[in-house]
Amino acid sequence: MSDAMTMTGVAGAADTQSSPILPLSVRDVVLRFGDVTVLDGVSLDLGTSGCTVVMGPNGSGKSLLLKLLHGLIQPSEGQLLWGRHSATEVTARQALVFQKPVLLRRSVAANIDFVLNARGKARARRDALLDHVGLAHKADQPARLLSGGEAQRLALARALATDPEVLFLDEPTASLDPASVLAIERIVSDARGRGVRIIFVTHDMGQARRMADDVVFLHRGRVAEHSTAAEFFPKPSCAAAREYLNGGIVV
Amino acid sequence: MLNQHLTATTIALFIGGAVWAQDQSIIVQSTTSTANSGLYDHLLPIFQAETGIQVNVVAVGTGQAIKNAENCDGDVLLVHAKASEEKFVADGFGTKRTDLMYNDFVVVGPAADPAGVAGMNDVQGALAKIADGGALFASRGDDSGTHKKEMALWADSGVDPSAASGGWYRETGSGMGATLNAGIGMGAYVMTDRATWISFANKQDYQIAVQGDEDMFNQYGVIPVNPARCPSVNVDAAQTFADWLVSDEGQDAIAGYKVADQQLFFPNAPDS
Amino acid sequence: MQSIWEALSLAVALVLSGDADLLEIVLLSLRVSLTATAIACLIGLPIGALVAIGRFRGRSAVLIVMNALMGLPPVVVGLLVYLHLSRSGPLGFLGLLYTPTAMIIAQTILIAPIVAALSRQVLEDLHAEYAEQFRSLCLTRLQTVQALLWDARYSLLTVGLAGFGRAVAEVGAVIIVGGNIDHLTRVMTTAIALETSKGDLALALALGIILLVIALGVNAAVQSVRMTAARQAYV
Repeated sequence: MSDAMTMTGVAGAADTQSSPILPLSVRDVVLRFGDVTVLDGVSLDLGTSGCTVVMGPNGSGKSLLLKLLHGLIQPSEGQLLWGRHSATEVTARQALVFQKPVLLRRSVAANIDFVLNARGKARARRDALLDHVGLAHKADQPARLLSGGEAQRLALARALATDPEVLFLDEPTASLDPASVLAIERIVSDARGRGVRIIFVTHDMGQARRMADDVVFLHRGRVAEHSTAAEFFPKPSCAAAREYLNGGIVV
Repeated sequence: MLNQHLTATTIALFIGGAVWAQDQSIIVQSTTSTANSGLYDHLLPIFQAETGIQVNVVAVGTGQAIKNAENCDGDVLLVHAKASEEKFVADGFGTKRTDLMYNDFVVVGPAADPAGVAGMNDVQGALAKIADGGALFASRGDDSGTHKKEMALWADSGVDPSAASGGWYRETGSGMGATLNAGIGMGAYVMTDRATWISFANKQDYQIAVQGDEDMFNQYGVIPVNPARCPSVNVDAAQTFADWLVSDEGQDAIAGYKVADQQLFFPNAPDS
Repeated sequence: MQSIWEALSLAVALVLSGDADLLEIVLLSLRVSLTATAIACLIGLPIGALVAIGRFRGRSAVLIVMNALMGLPPVVVGLLVYLHLSRSGPLGFLGLLYTPTAMIIAQTILIAPIVAALSRQVLEDLHAEYAEQFRSLCLTRLQTVQALLWDARYSLLTVGLAGFGRAVAEVGAVIIVGGNIDHLTRVMTTAIALETSKGDLALALALGIILLVIALGVNAAVQSVRMTAARQAYV
């Protein structure tokens, strides 16, 4: 019996490493904190490639949805499957860039080294990663003295160091200057071009138009609309989305 | 090979502090009065120069010194409480007790002399007078040799000071020096051995009030710890030290120790 | 007041004279207390880190015990160590009583809880900041502990300093297990106790002033390291 268990366990582990984690299927997911229902029956299907932009007014549950998809929090009800896997099984195959980057109290280079080490990846990739996000000249500087845009680019480089199959971005350019915004979009687009599945939360309409292949619009803890960018921006089908786009939404 | 050697060296370095107690060193569990008076600083260099034996002195109250020696944490016991010392030997902890030297106790008090005992040489009478007048008296209260002597003198004087404990009778529960500091701080009479008093540096206006009574005789004894009871004892070195102390040479060295031109200890080992 | 001035000038004179005995006592104090601090950190930091990131049954009880142990009376620690290291005790065969090693053991026991309890607080605060990012990176518990210990290194220096301060200043434990033996186990605090008992208050106070200056020096050194680190936002 124990042999059989072991065999199953090994097969399962190998399976988690190789079997595809896309498409994503979310069915009737509910998230509650005590009496407060934050996500109230979310259903969503995401395809195997491209950039999905998640929009919605403040408090609509965008950030929590990302954490749920990433396996950082558990749904109260409902089903969430990445391919054949639960979210917590595939966290390591994804990366999340937070709105406020959490950088280690070390040099820029050491922040990348830390992740490469933790994941058993080649240290030699560090310079290429820093070069890719335009921080090679700051490698030896303290990470926490970087400007907002530089810090976010370092967070992106760190996320990419894990070779994620899915990259979540939670308002990564909020409060950054236009040049920094474009630099980050360029890096994200580049990753998308290399086949990384992007799931991007933003309030920036211009950014959404530039980045989105499809748009998920969240409202009051539900998916109010999910359509292609070409359909969504000219004429959103849902009234809340129309008001949101016009800046007149009432939460 | 090299690795092994290094490991051995590392271990040796690590426990190096632990194994200092080699053949040529002993621990003397001693009363504080002999240590604080500076006697050992005078005697030990002479002894070490002759024998090469390093003597490490742990100075605590007589009660604790005996207890430590009973726990085999010493090679020689040097204290001043004859009854306890004889019991220590009788119980098998020591090989043999030998009279070593004596000094005497004195009662010191403030210049104002609130109990009017200055100049007396009848110690029992002086103690009774202190008790009658309710003048402050600071006692060691620590089961040390000095404390035991003090209690015996109170008993002889017909006073039970413990009834006044916390009142005029203050038990510090500390060593001789600490009790002197406390007693002087509160203006209390204190009974102390003369050696400690002569070398004590914080006398302020205190003077010897009572002295000269034969009952205040303070006999020191030396006892090697019994190896039959404590196998860890450094027998030869301990015996060498005890023998040297009672030899003519050791006795002369004791007599030769002076502070402020006063001899502190009077050797009286029996002729061997 | 007079004796304070006397002590001050005596302290200066003692230092200037380069007295060999004084130097020996100072060096032994530093050796014992720094070694005890290092060992206490090796024991206390991992415990503090595990409790900081751990969520287990009885955690609050562990916190209460850890915090209470910070107030261990040195005399009690000294007695416990004495009873174990005494020739008649269970570890008597080691022959450690009345050695610097015994003093290191006692001080380690005294300050390891301080290091554990204070580092727990420091690391828990840092973990609150890092936890979500670390979970996203799928770090193991060991990797998390290592990263927290390294990133809190400058704050933990202060924790170690608190432990060192307590160790170098305590007298109750070392006088029992060390025996205050001249040239062997006499450290600053036991020397101060001895001079006090001899009534030489000025010399005792002078030694106290020197101890204080040493403590100030160690603190200043650590503080300057911290300030350098703070300029790089590493604190």
